[in-house]
Amino acid sequence: MFVPGNNPAMMQDAFIYGPDSIMLDLEDSVTMAEKDAARLLVYNALKTIDYGNTEMVVRVNPLNTPYGKKDVEAVVKAGVHVIRMPKTETADEIRELEAEIEKVETELGCVGRTQIMAAIESTLGVINAYAIATASKRMMGIALGAEDYCANLKAQRTPDGMELLMARQTIVVAARAAGIDALDTVYSNLNDMETFRKEVELIKTLGFDGKSIINPRQIEVVNEVFAPTEKAIEKAMGIIAAIKEAEKRGSGVISYKGKMVDRPVVLRAQRTIELAIASGILTKEELS
Amino acid sequence: MEIKNASAGTFESGDIFIQIAPSTTSGVTIDLDSTVAFQFGEQIKRVIADTLQELNVTGVEVKATDKGALDCTIRARVTAAAVRATGVDVWK
Repeated sequence: MFVPGNNPAMMQDAFIYGPDSIMLDLEDSVTMAEKDAARLLVYNALKTIDYGNTEMVVRVNPLNTPYGKKDVEAVVKAGVHVIRMPKTETADEIRELEAEIEKVETELGCVGRTQIMAAIESTLGVINAYAIATASKRMMGIALGAEDYCANLKAQRTPDGMELLMARQTIVVAARAAGIDALDTVYSNLNDMETFRKEVELIKTLGFDGKSIINPRQIEVVNEVFAPTEKAIEKAMGIIAAIKEAEKRGSGVISYKGKMVDRPVVLRAQRTIELAIASGILTKEELS
Repeated sequence: MEIKNASAGTFESGDIFIQIAPSTTSGVTIDLDSTVAFQFGEQIKRVIADTLQELNVTGVEVKATDKGALDCTIRARVTAAAVRATGVDVWK
């Protein structure tokens, strides 16, 4: 969930709504005159506020602006989990960010702590998606930024999102090939929850791991759409139990309800369980 | 250290507006206006004073208008105002 980096009230309350990840923004939602103050606010919030198990991300300013390198220094010092690089177009930009992160981490004695997420927001970025996704071991995900992408594409946003299809599929395929997460763009019309739900259903079908959101009201819809059905969870738990049983017997052959279970089925079952946990339907304790 | 008039923060709920001005005396004077001054006034003033001390900023008058800010927000806003007042950044 995106949270403006210069709004203390939103920053301190955001985790109450239970998003998987909070992304404090130092880029587009902060005016140039307030970049210094927002950076300090984000630094102090990350150092002080207990966000529990929520993944903490900060969207920094591009490194070629007067703010980007200072943002990286501040948030790495504050112990952020993930830095989101906006408007990423090439793998070199990720390597440059990695070098900046490493400089600060070396000083702190914690090399390798900070992960990177790249936002792909242009046609060149889409073309280079796999190179970006594999540019660093720190890469944990790539995300589509649709507004800038559409402006660059010279296309208009439409409710069915046809103009984004190739970018979305390219990002999912690149993320999967790189073994990292694929995250979809925001939907900013909070008064049209029906179209928002359709969009979440579409991106789930395409294979995305999650959706960026701008308001707590959108969390429930994303969780509902991504949550697996009771029947799917039951089947997945049965398959996981069959795997454990086979391991106990020392057998490489797994069978569930009389049918042999092959690798893709196992992977889908594991994914179903992960989604059930992420959606709050299952707890890790219930699995053990 | 040359001090200019500077401010940081907002008057929105959960925030604090900090104004720093050069003082004729060498210490730090703090004028606090807060909706929670009765319970937390001394603590807010202490956070402001400690933050300025860590930044080696003295000889200033601080006017703080608090709208229920957490300590981390107070530290951030005081630091931002001090950096703007002195021109000395905290980042490399």
